Amino acid sequence: MKQQNLIREIFSGNAVIPIFAVVASFLFGGILIAFANEEVQEASGYFFSRPGDTISAVLNSVVGAYDALFRGSIFNYQASTAQGMIKPLTETLAFATPITLAGLGLAVSFRSGLFNIGAQGQIIFGAMFAGYVGLSFELPFLIHMPMAVLAGLLGGALWGGLVGLLKATTGANEVVVTIMFNYVALLLLTYLLKTPVFQAPNQVNPISSPVAESSRLPGILGDGFRLHFGLIIMLAMVVAVWWLMHRSSIGFQFRALGYNPSAARTAGINIPLTYILVMAVSGGLAGMAGASQVLGADRQLTVGISATFGFDAITVALLGRNNPFGVLAAGLLFGGLRSGAVLMQANQGVPVDIVLVVQSTIVLFIAAPPLVRSLFRLPKPKAVQA
Amino acid sequence: MKQSKKTPIALIVLLLAASLIVPNVGGEQLEVQIATRTDLFPIPNIILPSQGFATVMLALMLAMTALSVYLTFVRNKKTPLIAVIAFSFGLIMAVLAWLFSGATMTFTTLLAGSLALAVPLIFGSLSGALSERVGIINIAIEGQLLAGAFTSALVASVTDSVLLGILAAMIAGALVASILAVFSIKYLVDQIITGVVINVLIIGLTSFLFSTLLADNISLLNQPPRFERISIPLLGQIPVIGPVLFNQTLIVYLMYLAVAGVFLALFKTRWGLRLRSVGEYPKASDTVGINVFRTRYMSVMIGGALAGLGGSFFTLGQVGAFGKEMTNGAGYIALAALIFGRWNPVYAAMAALLFGFALNLQYALQIVGSPLPSEFLLMLPYVLTVVAVAGLVGKVKGPAAAGKPYVKS
Repeated sequence: MKQQNLIREIFSGNAVIPIFAVVASFLFGGILIAFANEEVQEASGYFFSRPGDTISAVLNSVVGAYDALFRGSIFNYQASTAQGMIKPLTETLAFATPITLAGLGLAVSFRSGLFNIGAQGQIIFGAMFAGYVGLSFELPFLIHMPMAVLAGLLGGALWGGLVGLLKATTGANEVVVTIMFNYVALLLLTYLLKTPVFQAPNQVNPISSPVAESSRLPGILGDGFRLHFGLIIMLAMVVAVWWLMHRSSIGFQFRALGYNPSAARTAGINIPLTYILVMAVSGGLAGMAGASQVLGADRQLTVGISATFGFDAITVALLGRNNPFGVLAAGLLFGGLRSGAVLMQANQGVPVDIVLVVQSTIVLFIAAPPLVRSLFRLPKPKAVQA
Repeated sequence: MKQSKKTPIALIVLLLAASLIVPNVGGEQLEVQIATRTDLFPIPNIILPSQGFATVMLALMLAMTALSVYLTFVRNKKTPLIAVIAFSFGLIMAVLAWLFSGATMTFTTLLAGSLALAVPLIFGSLSGALSERVGIINIAIEGQLLAGAFTSALVASVTDSVLLGILAAMIAGALVASILAVFSIKYLVDQIITGVVINVLIIGLTSFLFSTLLADNISLLNQPPRFERISIPLLGQIPVIGPVLFNQTLIVYLMYLAVAGVFLALFKTRWGLRLRSVGEYPKASDTVGINVFRTRYMSVMIGGALAGLGGSFFTLGQVGAFGKEMTNGAGYIALAALIFGRWNPVYAAMAALLFGFALNLQYALQIVGSPLPSEFLLMLPYVLTVVAVAGLVGKVKGPAAAGKPYVKS
């Protein structure tokens, strides 16, 4: 009941808020970058005698960092080859693939009034299932690859659906259960990577063999790029989720549950079954993110297979306002931040962790439109709430 | 009204699991070492026949299960908590017999280490209790612990003072809590989202500052003094109790005070009564003249300060320096302890002790070489919490108004 209020809240802010939220967060990130910059620290030591030095050092550090971020995520105008110039954009797309897939899953659950914090665990389950199929069978490509992707979908759907089942049968709060399940999934993966189930032969480290060639998601632009078929799957899923939520009767039931569970029950919607379905769909999408990582990006199973994609997905779903196309846009933005941060760290010595700061402040600002309005002295919107 | 059948069913399932383990208890005997170097008088090691001991424990579990089944199905009554506790004791002992059979279990050291490891979990769960009892869901415990860990390392290194370090940690924890409070009370942002995002923010901030500031000046900024072990005269020399409870560091003694203090404040003072009423039914509290907003801000921030203090355990107690993401999910285990302890500071502390025991057990087992992979021990807090929220052991219900922003109309 609290959730649908929240979701209405997220939707009722006007359209400029996200833009200002992003701007404010980059400003905040800029302050941190300047603060941590050595030249700035030196120049600020004699600020009162020559304030110009400090100001130019601040500008240098911030512009240098954000220039590197741009070159690392969109277009590298300093690269010598055409391939080098467009490589950053393809890296952004590669990062955006798992984040958006998992973000779509979370958007489905948030829209349905269920707080799925468990994308991290569902990605891991998807990766384990997809990895298992990829490692254990020898099949023709046209059968093996789709089968492995579907296994990922199934793995995530089972792990997510279990949460729905617990909620439907015992009333267990899905927030708590999904948080706990993230850790259970990670520990299970860590354990299995030390057993013959996954561990590569003659390996001491918890790491699997590469998945079979026939199960891999093929590269899109050739060997020079990390971009793979997972991107196409992701784009297809954006449309599929839009269709599911806005054009199908199941999606109508999902949204009805999100808006008003009591009314949904009165209207004859089977609430326990819908809980399970929502969580299964949500987990299944995250599971596909895991499959995309293990079959396309990493091509083997490791403890870090899910990176922080599950947490990024939460912010992506919120930033995208739980709308599939919004989630895609937010996923591209955060994919760009991830990809650009790599160059920013290498070139300008700004740690990649700045991305986490920018990302989280964006979400905080977006969630609190009055704060952004007061920061930028924007006018108050007319009362639109019913 | 029919009694819920969840408890007897859960006990039967666990009993079946245990009866699979007990026949596998290998080794002839189990040696339990209770004595430590500081004892007043020497205690010989206890030697138990491991198979027999495990069987006795299984019998205890069987009896408790039978009692629960009888009460639920025949008498239609609730299973008393003491029966569940006795069952759990039997289960833990049987598992320990299985794990340590044929080796020496240094029982007292094991317990003392568990208590130490539980310290940040207990402080974290106190933060959760103060926050959730007043109606603000606190997922940000992790961020509060991490901020406390970072700040205490930095300030204690610069000032070379443990006390200033923990003071700074408390301020940092309270500041993190104030973000949670402002966003959930003033801006009515969903508390779960705020909590999750704050954790990401604090991980990002501390890691960023660690890489840019601390890593370059380790000796100046990241070499804090450590908590010293303080043995309380006489009490510290009592066998078992002494080394476990009274031969610990400053932060452990602070933890005793904090648990008792928060419990008494919440349940025995007018302040606590008002606080809890705000968490249950803010509108009614407002009507009788309680300032809902101020009560919420206060309670959340006091909780944050306690969690920050707990965070200093990682840097000043355990590791001796700050490291990236060093709390490693402890905040979520603290949250688990809070829920498992049913939002009661004392029960939550006991749950945290159990989780601390599981954490410490894996270190002990690495030494003796155990049949149980450490991952499953680490899973214990999370699985138990899911069991608890699924209502398999008693009924778990949080404060009624938790998660709901209060809008004065």
